[in-house]
Amino acid sequence: MSAAIKRKGRLSARLEEFKAKSGADKRRAIVDLLFNNAMYIIIVIAIIYIAIQVPAFLSTSSIVNIISLTAAKLPIALGIGGAIVLTGTDISAGRCVGLTACISAALLQMTNYANKIFPELEVMPLWIVLLIVIAVGAAVGLVNGFFVAKFKLHPFIVTLSTQLIVYGLILMFLMIGSNNGQTLSGLDESYTNFVKGTLFRIDGVAVPKYVLYAIILTALMWLVWNKTKFGKNMFAVGSNEEAANVSGVNVFWTIVIVFVIAGAMYGITGFIEGARIASCSANTGLNYESDAIAACVIGGVSFVGGTGKISGIVIGVFLLQIIFVGLNFLSVDQNLLYVIKGMIILVACAIDMRKYLARK
Amino acid sequence: MSEKEKNIDNVRQENEKPVLLRMENIEKAFPGVKALDKVNLTVKAGTVHALMGENGAGKSTLMKCLFGVYSKDGGKIYLEGKEINFKNSKEALENGVAMVHQELNQALKRNVMDNMWLGRFPKVAKGVPITSEKKMYKATKEVFDKLEINVDPKTVMSRMPVSQRQMVEIAKAVSYNSKVIVFDEPTSSLTEEEVEHLFRIINMLRDQGCGIIYISHKMAEILRISDEVTIMRDGKWIATKDAKGLTTDEIIKLMVGRELTNLYPPKTNEIGDVLLDVKDLSAMYSKLSDVSFSARKGEILGVAGLDGSGRTELLENIFGVATRKSGKLTLDGKPIRNRNSRDSIKNGFALLTEERRATGIFSILNIRENATISSLGKCRSGPLLSKKKLKKSTDWCIDSMRIKTPSQETKIRSLSGGNQQKVILGRWLLTEPTVLLLDEPTRGIDVGAKYEIYELIIDLAAKGKTVIMVSSEMPELLGVCDRILVMSGGRLAGEVNAADTTQEEIMALAAKYA
Repeated sequence: MSAAIKRKGRLSARLEEFKAKSGADKRRAIVDLLFNNAMYIIIVIAIIYIAIQVPAFLSTSSIVNIISLTAAKLPIALGIGGAIVLTGTDISAGRCVGLTACISAALLQMTNYANKIFPELEVMPLWIVLLIVIAVGAAVGLVNGFFVAKFKLHPFIVTLSTQLIVYGLILMFLMIGSNNGQTLSGLDESYTNFVKGTLFRIDGVAVPKYVLYAIILTALMWLVWNKTKFGKNMFAVGSNEEAANVSGVNVFWTIVIVFVIAGAMYGITGFIEGARIASCSANTGLNYESDAIAACVIGGVSFVGGTGKISGIVIGVFLLQIIFVGLNFLSVDQNLLYVIKGMIILVACAIDMRKYLARK
Repeated sequence: MSEKEKNIDNVRQENEKPVLLRMENIEKAFPGVKALDKVNLTVKAGTVHALMGENGAGKSTLMKCLFGVYSKDGGKIYLEGKEINFKNSKEALENGVAMVHQELNQALKRNVMDNMWLGRFPKVAKGVPITSEKKMYKATKEVFDKLEINVDPKTVMSRMPVSQRQMVEIAKAVSYNSKVIVFDEPTSSLTEEEVEHLFRIINMLRDQGCGIIYISHKMAEILRISDEVTIMRDGKWIATKDAKGLTTDEIIKLMVGRELTNLYPPKTNEIGDVLLDVKDLSAMYSKLSDVSFSARKGEILGVAGLDGSGRTELLENIFGVATRKSGKLTLDGKPIRNRNSRDSIKNGFALLTEERRATGIFSILNIRENATISSLGKCRSGPLLSKKKLKKSTDWCIDSMRIKTPSQETKIRSLSGGNQQKVILGRWLLTEPTVLLLDEPTRGIDVGAKYEIYELIIDLAAKGKTVIMVSSEMPELLGVCDRILVMSGGRLAGEVNAADTTQEEIMALAAKYA
C-alpha cells in the first residue's frame, strides 16, 4: 500500500517536473520516452493488431501456451543474463541445452522401449539425473568461466569454442551403443509427468508443471542477483572490473561463478526440454542462445555491462514469445520468422544503446 | 614614472594587443539549472587568460559552448572580429581553436603518431588513399623537437605514463597551428618538472601571438603564467582582472564568494607507536626496489616524487594488487603477507586509487552500491544481503563524509569529483581499516572540497589510523603530512619532516635517482 502511494508520488513529481519544462524540452522528453520504450510500444501495437486479425490469439489456451513457452525459455535467459551483465555473452548455451537434454532423455527412457540407448539401464531416479545434467552444464560453464577469467579471453571466443566442443560431444553421445545418431524418445512416464504433468487447470486448459519450476528458478536468481554478495560483486565487475579488483572483489571467482550458474541453468533447461520435446536429437537446443540474448536485451540487460534486472529478463522472454506465437497465428512464413527475429534483436540493441550514449 | 603610472602603462599596452576571441553574454540552461548566465570572456592575442572557478562554476560548459559540444541558448562568439558558431570540435580545430582536455581521450592501443594525426592522416600523395607513415613520423618528430618533447612517435600510448600522454595531447593541439588554445587542467597529472616544461611551451605559444585560455585550480600556477584572470561562480561572470597584483586570497574570495582563511585545517592527530613496517619491498614488474620505511599510528605519512618514481607502485605493492618480488610487511609486530586486495582488506588496509574514473568508481552503479562494495560481508543476514544494513552503512557514509547527494539511489557519475571521492573514501572506511593508502586523494577536486578531504584525513589520523598519502602537490604534502618519504627512480631517496623541510629539499631528493 505504502509502496503504491510512494510510486504515485514519484509519478506526480515527474509530471510536475515535465510541466515545468519549456516547449522544446517537452518535445525532447516525449521523444525520449517514446524511444526508450519503443520495444514495448511496438509489441503492444503488434498484440492489438494480431488480436484484431485473429481473436483466438487472446484465448485462454493461447495465453497459457505463451506462458508455458516463456517458462521453458526462461532459465536459459536467466543464465545468459549474468554473462551479459559482465559485458560478455554465452553462445554455448543452446548446445549445452542440447547435450543435457540428450543425457536426460537417454537416462530416463522406458525400460521396455525397443530402441533404448542404454538397454541394460533401469529408470534412474529423477533427482539423480537432474543433478547429473546440472553438473554437466555447470562443468561447461566452469570451462567457459575459467578461460574468460584466467586468460582474459573474450567470452564470445571462449563460448564459440565450447559450443563446437559440446556439439561434438552430443554427436558422439548419440552414437553410443547401437543408437547410431537416432533421435532419443520413448521416455519414462515418471519423467514426462514430472515435467509436463498438469500443475492446475484454467478453464480446462492444463498448465504444465515446468511453469512452477521456472517461477522457482526466477525467484532464486532474483535473490542471487539482488540479495547476495556475489550478485553485487557481479554488477561491480560488469561496471568496472579494475575498480572491483582494487575494492577487494574476487574478480576471478565472480566471473567463473557467473558462468557456472549459467551452465547449471542450461542443464535445468535441458532436463525440461528433454521431456517437453520428447524426442531429442543433435539439433535440440540449436540457436536457443539467440532467443535468450534477444530477450535479455529487450528486457534491459545491457551489453554496456553492470545493469539489468531479473524482472526485465522475464518480460523480455515473455514479449518475445508473444511475438513468435502471434506471428504463427498470422500464419507468417517460418523462414520469414528468422528475418523478423533478427530485426527485433537489432532494433532492441539499438534502442538500448541509445539510452547509454552520452548526449552532446 | 611612478609605480602607478607604470601599471597604467602596462594595462594600456595589454589593451593594445588585438582581441582574438570574444564571448559575449553567453547563456546556457539545462533542465532545472542555469549553467551559464550572461558570461563574458575576452582573450587577446599573445596573452594567457586564466579561467577560474570551483567545480560546477560553468568553466567547462562555457568551453563546450565555444567548441559546439553544447549549443548555446544566447550570446555571441567572435573570432578575430568575425562571428562564429562552431557545430563541433572539428570545425573549431579547422578554424584555429584547439583544446587540451583534462580527461584524455586517446586511442590507447595505437601509437603516438596515430593519435596525433587522427582524422587528418597525411596521404602518400594527393588523391592516393594510402596514409604515409613516413610523413607522419617526420611531422610528429618536428613538432616534438620544437616543443622539446622526448617521446618516440612510435610508442604505443598505453605504455606511457599519463603525464607523457598529456604532453602528446598538448603537442597535438599545437600541431594544428591554432590561434586559440584552451588548456583544461593541464597540470593535474604532471610533475613539477613537467609543469615547467609545459610553461615553457605556453610561453613560446604566447610569444608567437596565440591566445591561451588556461583553466586550473592551482593558484600558484595561475599567478605565474597568466596575464589576465576571469573568475566565474555559479554560472555567472564575477570578475576579469589583471593577473599582476592579484593574490591567492583575493582569487579564492572571488571564487568561493566568502573568505577561506586557511588552505589546510589545523592538525589534531597525535603520533603513536610504529604500526606498519615495510622492509626491502621490490616489485616484480615495475622498477620499485628495496624500499624500507615504517609508519606510526596516528601518523600522516606523505609520499612525494616525480611521476613514474614508483609512488603509486609502492602503494599497489603494499596493498597486493601488484606482484611483489621481495619484501616483508609487518603490522603491529606481526608479519603479514597481503597477497591480494581481499587479504589486505582483511589485514586492515585500504587503497584509494589514483585514477578515480578508471579504477575507483562504478560509474553506472548508484551511491549505495559504490559505497558498500568492499564491505558487503558485513551487511548480510544469513546468506542474503540485508537492505536495511546496506542503507544504514550508506547513510553513515553520506553523513560522516558529508556527501552531497539527492539520494542513495543516485548514480555516482552524476556527482561532482569531490563527492565521488568522498563516496570512495567512505567505501574504505566501512571496511574499518587501520592503514589507509591514499593515492592523489585530491586530484581534480575544487578548493572547498579539498579542504573537506584534508579534514577527513586529519580526523582519521586523530582517531589513531595510519595514513600514507601520495601527492604531486607539494604544498598539500607540507600542509597535511607529518613526515614525507621522497621517491626517486623506484627507490626511496629520503625522508623528511614536513614541519622543517622545504619544497627545494624535496625536489632535490626527488631528482636523486631520476
